[in-house]
Amino acid sequence: MMKRFKGMDKASRDTLITYALIIVAYAIMQALLSLHAISSSMVGLLVPICAYISLSISLNLVVGISGELSLGHAGFMSVGAFTGLVAAQVLAPAIPFGPLRLLVSMVIAGIFAAVAGVLVGIPVMRLQGDYLAIVTLAFGEIIKNLLNNLYVGYDGALHFSMKDVASLGMNGGKVLINGPQGAVGITELSTFTAGFLLVLFTLFVVTNLVNSRSGRAIMAVRDNRIAAESVGIDTTKYRLMAFVVAAALAGMAGALYAMNFSSIVPKKFDFNTSILILVFVVLGGMGNIRGGIIAAALLTILPEKLRFIGDYRMLIYAIVLIAVMLFSNNEQVRMAVDSMKSRFARMRDDDVIDDAAEGGEA
Amino acid sequence: MGFISNLINGISLGSVYAIIALGYTMVYGIAKMLNFAHGDVIMVGGYICFIAMNNLGLPPLVAVLLSIVGCTCLGIVVERLAYKPLRGAPSLAVLITAIGVSYFLQNMALLVWGADPKAFRSVLDLPSIKLFDGQLTVSPISIVTVLACVAIMVGLTLFTTRTKMGKAMRACSEDKGAAQLMGINVDTTISMVFAIGSGLAAIAGVLLCSTYPTLMPTTGSLPGIKAFTAAVIGGIGSIPGAALGGIMLGIIEIFAKAYIGTQLADAIVFAVLIVVLLIRPAGLLGKETREKV
Repeated sequence: MMKRFKGMDKASRDTLITYALIIVAYAIMQALLSLHAISSSMVGLLVPICAYISLSISLNLVVGISGELSLGHAGFMSVGAFTGLVAAQVLAPAIPFGPLRLLVSMVIAGIFAAVAGVLVGIPVMRLQGDYLAIVTLAFGEIIKNLLNNLYVGYDGALHFSMKDVASLGMNGGKVLINGPQGAVGITELSTFTAGFLLVLFTLFVVTNLVNSRSGRAIMAVRDNRIAAESVGIDTTKYRLMAFVVAAALAGMAGALYAMNFSSIVPKKFDFNTSILILVFVVLGGMGNIRGGIIAAALLTILPEKLRFIGDYRMLIYAIVLIAVMLFSNNEQVRMAVDSMKSRFARMRDDDVIDDAAEGGEA
Repeated sequence: MGFISNLINGISLGSVYAIIALGYTMVYGIAKMLNFAHGDVIMVGGYICFIAMNNLGLPPLVAVLLSIVGCTCLGIVVERLAYKPLRGAPSLAVLITAIGVSYFLQNMALLVWGADPKAFRSVLDLPSIKLFDGQLTVSPISIVTVLACVAIMVGLTLFTTRTKMGKAMRACSEDKGAAQLMGINVDTTISMVFAIGSGLAAIAGVLLCSTYPTLMPTTGSLPGIKAFTAAVIGGIGSIPGAALGGIMLGIIEIFAKAYIGTQLADAIVFAVLIVVLLIRPAGLLGKETREKV
């Protein structure tokens, strides 16, 4: 067993370690939950953490693996969240079993987010670099604005309007999405286990895509677009593939996230949420999926743990963010750390030499 | 008359966007970074002016000058502490740092000045001008805004073409290495750009708050993003482009609000950006750079 593990290539070993990390974390949390050893505020964070981990993994596919800066990931999360909510309400009589309904809603959410991903992706993929980033930001804002004006009602059939509740023309029934007020009275279907399974699924999809022929093509396009094109890789196709897969996974995470709360507003999924997910990816190390997972978990828990310092909490978050970026990217700091490391290494070597010398004397 | 009044409001709002966009475009041109903290400098400028007028009882002109000086210093300090150590770092690291600075400024403002919106008193205490028997009212602040924008544009164009520092800026934005070899102090030049951009942001903040008189720690973020959009529409890195993009965006926003709906105005503004970039990937006045293999 151990031999097989060591014999594996680095990528699959890395993936296995990541799976193991998630499963162990889940087992520990379940054990703590059954012992009632965690505070209620932490229990409330479990599903959001899972959602953010999934979002971090999926954005890593775009930013780290495909090398495109996307500033509108929350838009896809939002599309998934609201389609998932509507699907869950409409399917309630047909599928009374909660977990199955959650699963079906999440799949529908993923499909709709993927469609949004294609619609956004086709124009976006004509651009590059900072311009691409701005357009994803613009699309994120447009999605937020459209959802802010969307009214959806259900009375046996679905009614849509972009004006107000009155123009839905409903016979009784229920208003599912109420414009800027968002969705209220959500059946809270999401569970920690569902979140855990979504994280595993997201990880499975992304790592398998990365270690496939398509994944290698995506990374080739990232590393050198012109060289990739010259060996016959359809660059737009592979960039779009990464973008759409990430959008679908974000949509599923969005549905999970939304069904954890009794109400949710479109404003929740704004530019700041997109940035939050991007911060997970960057702090975890771009393209490093495990790093992104850990960053997502820590940075979701940290503000909660810092609640006791009240208003200073977000200030400290900002300072931590700047400090980490400065320390991990500054030439001088990196050189100082390197020289410190080599000094330590030398000290250790000196010890060895001293030991050897002493041994020789004795 | 409604049309003309909307047009005037649009040009006035567009002038504010243009002033903010100038700051974005100059910083991008020289440092190649998306400075997301720029919008929050606007907010700081607004607060300094507010405090100077309401708490210290200073005359408006002094308050505005104080706000410009304050923001210029802020711009230089932020550049020295947060961005200078990251020269040559990956652009994403710089972007995240800028976002960190933006969060820092917002939360600092929240701590110092509180979350409740402040009612900003206009820096101009003049009655509105009524034309055509009162059918058309023009607020003096819109006229001042447009004039300020024109003056800044002319001033900046002269500065970048005629002065030594301005030429150094253009040289640095074209090729930093070559500029350094010609004896230009690149660090000072970049600091100078941040100083000018932040000073402009202070002016924009005062003008924006005089027209839309609510001041909150998040006041700057949306105008900041929109002005950034304007800079990209005009062609980021181009000074006339920033002015064109800003005024275009202001007019589109006001007309969309008037004829389509307040809620969808922002979506339309961003849709315009996407359409423009699809037709002209480098913006309206941006230089198309041919890719060399």
